[in-house]
Amino acid sequence: MWDLHHIADLPGGSTQLFVGLHLIHEVTSPQAFSALKEKGLSVFCPERTVATVDHIVPTTNQERPFADPLAEEMLSTLERNCFEQGITLHGLHSGKQGIVHVIAPELGLTQPGMTIACGDSHTSTHGAFGAIAFGIGTSQVRDVLATQSLSMKKLKVRRIWVNGKLTEGVYAKDLILHVIKTLGVKAGVGYAYEFGGPGISALSMEERMTVCNMAIEGGARCGYINPDFETFSYLHGTTHSPKGEEWEKAKQWWSNLASEPDAIYDDEVVFDATNIAPTVTWGITPGQGISIEELIPTPDSMDPTDRQIALEAYKYMDLEPGTPIQGSSIDVCFIGSCTNGRLSDLHAAANVVKGRKVANGVKAFVVPGSEAVAKAAKEQGLDNVFRTAGFEWREPGCSMCLAMNPDKLEGRQISASSSNRNFKGRQGSASGRTLLMSPAMVAAAAITGRVTDVRDLITYNPENKRNTE
Amino acid sequence: METISVFPKGLVQTVQGSAIALRGDDIDTDRIIPARYLKCVTFEHLGGHVFADDRKELRDKHPFNNNKSLTYSILIVNGNFGCGSSREHAPQALMRWGIRAIIGESFAEIFYGNCLALGIPCVTSASETIKQIQETVELNPFQEWKLDLCKKNFKSKDDIYFWPINIEDSSREMLIEGNWDATAKLVANKGILKEKLKKLPYLNNFKSI
Repeated sequence: MWDLHHIADLPGGSTQLFVGLHLIHEVTSPQAFSALKEKGLSVFCPERTVATVDHIVPTTNQERPFADPLAEEMLSTLERNCFEQGITLHGLHSGKQGIVHVIAPELGLTQPGMTIACGDSHTSTHGAFGAIAFGIGTSQVRDVLATQSLSMKKLKVRRIWVNGKLTEGVYAKDLILHVIKTLGVKAGVGYAYEFGGPGISALSMEERMTVCNMAIEGGARCGYINPDFETFSYLHGTTHSPKGEEWEKAKQWWSNLASEPDAIYDDEVVFDATNIAPTVTWGITPGQGISIEELIPTPDSMDPTDRQIALEAYKYMDLEPGTPIQGSSIDVCFIGSCTNGRLSDLHAAANVVKGRKVANGVKAFVVPGSEAVAKAAKEQGLDNVFRTAGFEWREPGCSMCLAMNPDKLEGRQISASSSNRNFKGRQGSASGRTLLMSPAMVAAAAITGRVTDVRDLITYNPENKRNTE
Repeated sequence: METISVFPKGLVQTVQGSAIALRGDDIDTDRIIPARYLKCVTFEHLGGHVFADDRKELRDKHPFNNNKSLTYSILIVNGNFGCGSSREHAPQALMRWGIRAIIGESFAEIFYGNCLALGIPCVTSASETIKQIQETVELNPFQEWKLDLCKKNFKSKDDIYFWPINIEDSSREMLIEGNWDATAKLVANKGILKEKLKKLPYLNNFKSI
């Protein structure tokens, strides 16, 4: 696949790599367009770049102009750049707007065998379709706009083989949090993570996207999963997928892309999905995670190189080593993001919430990943399930994953969040705290006001027939 | 603080100036430049907001609040520096504050590439050496330092302190030969790019299958 996109060898041993699909949004593109103009260049293949707006959009009132003039300036700049350069923009209320890593797959823009780049580190998500997909900086966005290619070094590949299947109440998010806590946040530097094995084949495309999405939190620039029947069924009938005779040819080509069973990897690790429990982060990096049944680790139980950041984390999070994470009190519950803002995520959370009420004093809200997700969820009545329970139902966007819009933690509030990063200050307050977990676990936390093992709630939820039969 | 506005251009063979030790592993790009400062359509004003939250919290204990030097600076960090978001705003903020080179144990990949695209070398050394450099730099706040990419070393101007450093051969070559700005080279291959557009199965209705 790499060779197919190879354009030239560049000085210093890099490859000029053709980019099959370039996705842009309002945060990392304006400076790239300006730089392009400064160099007197125009967009080389406007039809291979697709834009949307996600990071800065408010999730309550989306009327223009936005209340925040800076956000308004960013969106109008994107609109102007796309208009001037002939780039398709899926804007607000188009029915196609949403988080870039949610809309490109659901529109069928993301396809196996492509190279996909976007000025956003969670571009690793698209590797779930058997694409080479990676995040880039603004200088590279400029290069892709100018040439539909970029300078890139070939990555090593670590195969992450998952045996067994996830058990009830354990989700793709738990799997990837488990992988990252086991391998660490630096282990993936220089690697692409290829996920495979029965535990991965059993996952839906939405679950696979959750896994590949967080490869970057393990340091790996790309996540990758071989395309299979599941991939093809997901893409079939989407707006941009091939149709008719072309579809059959495409499937044939895609099927041949899969890595050979006897392929040689730079490194291999094996996990067993059946042993994974709901997993929660307790610290300030996505690698500082534990199973819901475990205690917050003590410094003496750690590798010495992990101690310093752990000490920083206890202090910042105000959590005691050697105590359980289960039962920690929660202020805010956020369900959404490019990791877990898809329809199946909302289903998993609604399943827990149905017939229950959000605990007193907890602010809980759901931000669908896209307008299409919001529409489908409404058609299935999920918005009412959440509203009845006391959740707020918002408009699509990145929202409190990184808090570039008005959705922010306040002061030292602690959130249960279905997003991807628990860095200091990530959710909009310099002292705000984040516990990462699956959407179902966030829902459980919203109901009890505390970090809770969701398995205790889904087993005994009288409204949830599937689990009581 | 005044931002330093002459940015790297052409050959990057040595970097001279003050040095700042910033301790800690896994310092992410949200800490280097918190997301609220990303609400901008130019990078121009980012320099003043570098490490905004950490600086506010630590006050004069944060090395970026203590550095009185107006010369370019070399930043000494620990492991996995620049992890997290791909935002080029992070190296841009550091560059606009005055950082012109970073020495560390290891760097997150996208951050490393973003720095290289701006002509800012990220060079490495062993964990123990980095700690030694950080201590020495802190004890000698008025010392002037020199990072030499050609000779692969970092030393004090008075030659009292000296450490060898590592840099990826390819990055070193690009920096010292002034080839780190890729755009011109990519543009030069437009002919091959146009051919590629005609050949890739997914851009041509999968006809060639």
